[in-house]
Amino acid sequence: MNSGDIAWMLTATALVMFMTPGLALFYGGLVRKKNVLGTIMHSFISLGVISILWVIYGYSMAFGTDVGGFVGGLNYLGLSGVGLEAGPYSETIPHILFAAFQLMFAIITPALITGAFAERMKFKAYLIFTVAWTTLVYFPVCHWVWGGGWLGEMGALDFAGGTVIHINSGVAALACALFLGKRLGYGTNAIAPHNVPMTVLGAGILWFGWFGFNAGSALAANESAAMALFVTQIAAGAGAVAWIIGEAFYQGKPTTLGAASGAVAGLVGITPAAGFVGPMGALIIGIGAGIICYFAVVAKSRLGYDDALDVVGIHGIGGLWGALATGLFATAAIGGVDGLFYGNPAQFGIQALGAVVTIVFSFVVTAAILKVIDVTVGLKVTPEEENQGLDISQHSEVGYTW
Amino acid sequence: MKKVEAIIKPFKLDDVKQALNEMGITGMTISEVKGYGRQKGHKEIYRGAEYVVDFVPKVKMEIILDDAQVDAVVELIVKAANTGRIGDGKIFVTPVEQVIRVRTGERGTDAI
Repeated sequence: MNSGDIAWMLTATALVMFMTPGLALFYGGLVRKKNVLGTIMHSFISLGVISILWVIYGYSMAFGTDVGGFVGGLNYLGLSGVGLEAGPYSETIPHILFAAFQLMFAIITPALITGAFAERMKFKAYLIFTVAWTTLVYFPVCHWVWGGGWLGEMGALDFAGGTVIHINSGVAALACALFLGKRLGYGTNAIAPHNVPMTVLGAGILWFGWFGFNAGSALAANESAAMALFVTQIAAGAGAVAWIIGEAFYQGKPTTLGAASGAVAGLVGITPAAGFVGPMGALIIGIGAGIICYFAVVAKSRLGYDDALDVVGIHGIGGLWGALATGLFATAAIGGVDGLFYGNPAQFGIQALGAVVTIVFSFVVTAAILKVIDVTVGLKVTPEEENQGLDISQHSEVGYTW
Repeated sequence: MKKVEAIIKPFKLDDVKQALNEMGITGMTISEVKGYGRQKGHKEIYRGAEYVVDFVPKVKMEIILDDAQVDAVVELIVKAANTGRIGDGKIFVTPVEQVIRVRTGERGTDAI
């Protein structure tokens, strides 16, 4: 074991943890004042709920001994056998530290989805949804790519979770938005963010934590982590600039919210590519994410579904772009595998296949989960509760007394 | 007794207050309000969605006066709050039935 690797991975774990409250603030500022606490609660409570699942069976389902390429077995139930010794996923850090690092990814993924059903989901239904979704969708897909499952075995490249986290949650978000339907007044009344500074703070925290997300996925304090950190920065910055250029041309003004959103889009885009591309590839990925995700968000109003906080446009589409771009720009000089632009077109095909299967699986299973919960507990708050706001109706709390 | 209610542009508040103080008007209540008449609002853009916001921020001043002072005060506010552009505001004069000072219980013009 290597104390440098351990030190870095401890730090990276904390950085990724910080992204979840960062996400809470990013989303919180985007909703109306009456829903700020309900929205923050969705992300924040994920820190608790998913941690409990992870210890009992989650880590085992994701990283246990492979069963049919589809899911991990129960050999790590209760984290038995996951302790201070190294391996099997890293020889230089304790197994328990690998589990801790991965837990932070499992926490933030279901939290991402919450943006789609912001301002209208029952809290009880949300808790059931997040347990069911993480168990039936996240743990298997995580296993497919990182836990010894079929997608990783096939050679799909996903350094820090473009497919496992972003395509996955983005598609689930689409299912949620379609299933839950629109918020009252959507399309006729103005529904605007109540605190853009809070959102920008959240975006800054996400950017900061993403260094742990991407560079930590090297699982070591090494050259790969160094390049991953650098390309993360480039993609984020390029994404912010590209988004506001898109805004300036298409809508007349560059906005602060656009800059924050573009940065997040760039970060999403570079996530699968972070250990496989160089700075110039990251630049193109960031610019692409900024432009593509901006127009995806603009297109949303034309398509008519209420994905309240643009999870589909930024995480779904951004993750898809990133996964495919990894298949284009990967270079063996950095990550050991070449993409299409370096003479290996097959990689692009593998990336596309992984994306498509994940999209179908996530959408179908998420829809099934939503149906079951809706029929039993009911997903949506009543119109009166929705008008009153989640803070009072679900939590008997008020965000601000002024 | 009369109430003079003046809706003015927020940045004009200090000018009006100063002019009133110089005239000897001893108190007022202000609130921050929104409104529109002929002055247009503004456009806000959030993630590709455009919102037209009709309401413009204004300040409402409420001053209670002896009948005799009303004309002079109204003329003073008009002069101090005027910019010559749309949105300068409006003044309403309404009768007041009773005024009471909480500390002493005084009533009528003594309480103004």
